[in-house]
Amino acid sequence: MSNKEVVIVPTGVANLASVKMGLGRAGAEPRLAHDAEDVARAPAVVLPGVGAFAAGMHALRRHGYAEALQTRIDAGRPTLAICLGLQLLCEGSEESEADASDTAPGGLGLVPGWTERFPDSVRSPQFGWNHIEADGGCRHLRSGFAYFANSYRLTEPPPGASVAMAENGGAFVAAFERGALLACQFHPELSGAYGLDLLKAWLGEVGC
Amino acid sequence: MLRVRVIPCLDVRAGRVVKGVRFRNLRDSGSPPELASEYERQGADELILLDITATAERRGTALATVQAVRRVLSIPLTVGGGIASVADAEALLDAGADRISVNTAAVERPELITELAGRFGRQCTVIAIDAVSDGSGSYQVVLRSGSERTALSAIEWARRATKLGAGEILLTSLDRDGTGRGYQCELLRRCAAVVNVPIIASGGANSPEHLLEVLENGADAVLAASIFHDGQYSVGDIKASLARGGVAVRPC
Repeated sequence: MSNKEVVIVPTGVANLASVKMGLGRAGAEPRLAHDAEDVARAPAVVLPGVGAFAAGMHALRRHGYAEALQTRIDAGRPTLAICLGLQLLCEGSEESEADASDTAPGGLGLVPGWTERFPDSVRSPQFGWNHIEADGGCRHLRSGFAYFANSYRLTEPPPGASVAMAENGGAFVAAFERGALLACQFHPELSGAYGLDLLKAWLGEVGC
Repeated sequence: MLRVRVIPCLDVRAGRVVKGVRFRNLRDSGSPPELASEYERQGADELILLDITATAERRGTALATVQAVRRVLSIPLTVGGGIASVADAEALLDAGADRISVNTAAVERPELITELAGRFGRQCTVIAIDAVSDGSGSYQVVLRSGSERTALSAIEWARRATKLGAGEILLTSLDRDGTGRGYQCELLRRCAAVVNVPIIASGGANSPEHLLEVLENGADAVLAASIFHDGQYSVGDIKASLARGGVAVRPC
């Protein structure tokens, strides 16, 4: 295995072209995961995601990726979650509750908290560049402008994590770092030079 | 705080940007990837690429163009033009589009919006509305780049398309498009009053003051083409001017 290889979890609902291209620009060689074992053991894994929460969770459970992600995150293996990927790590989402279905799945539960819809006082989805403020404990995240495309967000910083916060109808979690886990509500692959620097910093630590 | 977005638009025909591009610093200024990276360098917040190729080979050239642009672009890319099915959208997303904009096909078959939102999410589904004033205070939807009139109210269609699953509205005044007389602010204001998704204002920009005016009327983002292609203003010039006018923009 090439030491530049980064494994992408196929959530089924994600558009992967931009993620692959962004990782490539940052110097990595992205490829899709072969199976759950691959997701559990690979040196570097990206959990991307756009689309619906319930569809994303179903895809993760169906292929055994849910357990694999738990295994790798518990073991402290480097993992980058993007947008819906961050939300899937949480206990659940107001989005899947709104499906009003008994089979509406919770999230992976690897991060405490539920994601909620933006308040009616702001237009939703949130599209565009928002200023994020990284706390002093962050190793990779910097304050700056990043690109968001989301209707739901986490408002409470996860305990024990270093966070970057942003403001849109109230404060929300723009990104956080917890051990080897880096989770971004924004899209680093669509955040120009800011995103490229972040991806390079993460890949540098991972050893890519 | 979320910044307003300044969005250059590339109208592409058979793989070339049209609408009179006159950049001095680009040898081949009709090349979509060259223009895309130049606009990103200037501080564009997103790009929109509208494929206006009318021929049968449209689909293949659009995919190749999107791939070439994605290779050099690290900001979001919305693609529109002739998209009539989930399969059309999927091919463009696989090629590197981040959002899909539908227009005529969605008026003819509104379920298309629900299908796209169900498959790719609301945040991927943009409804493009081309509107003309009837001169008595109403705005009607026009199709096929303005060549076909309808009796459909643009404001009502905006409301309905949002309910069906559209996550964003690209609102173009065909009365103003290409005239340089400024955006149709009343149309924008009325649309903004009935939907809660972001609205991109389009059609008529010829000066930084035009962009400022439509933002003050409730636009979340501004699209412009000729003003940038002409090289009269860079994206950075426009954003500096908006910032002086009190609009929160992402610094270039």
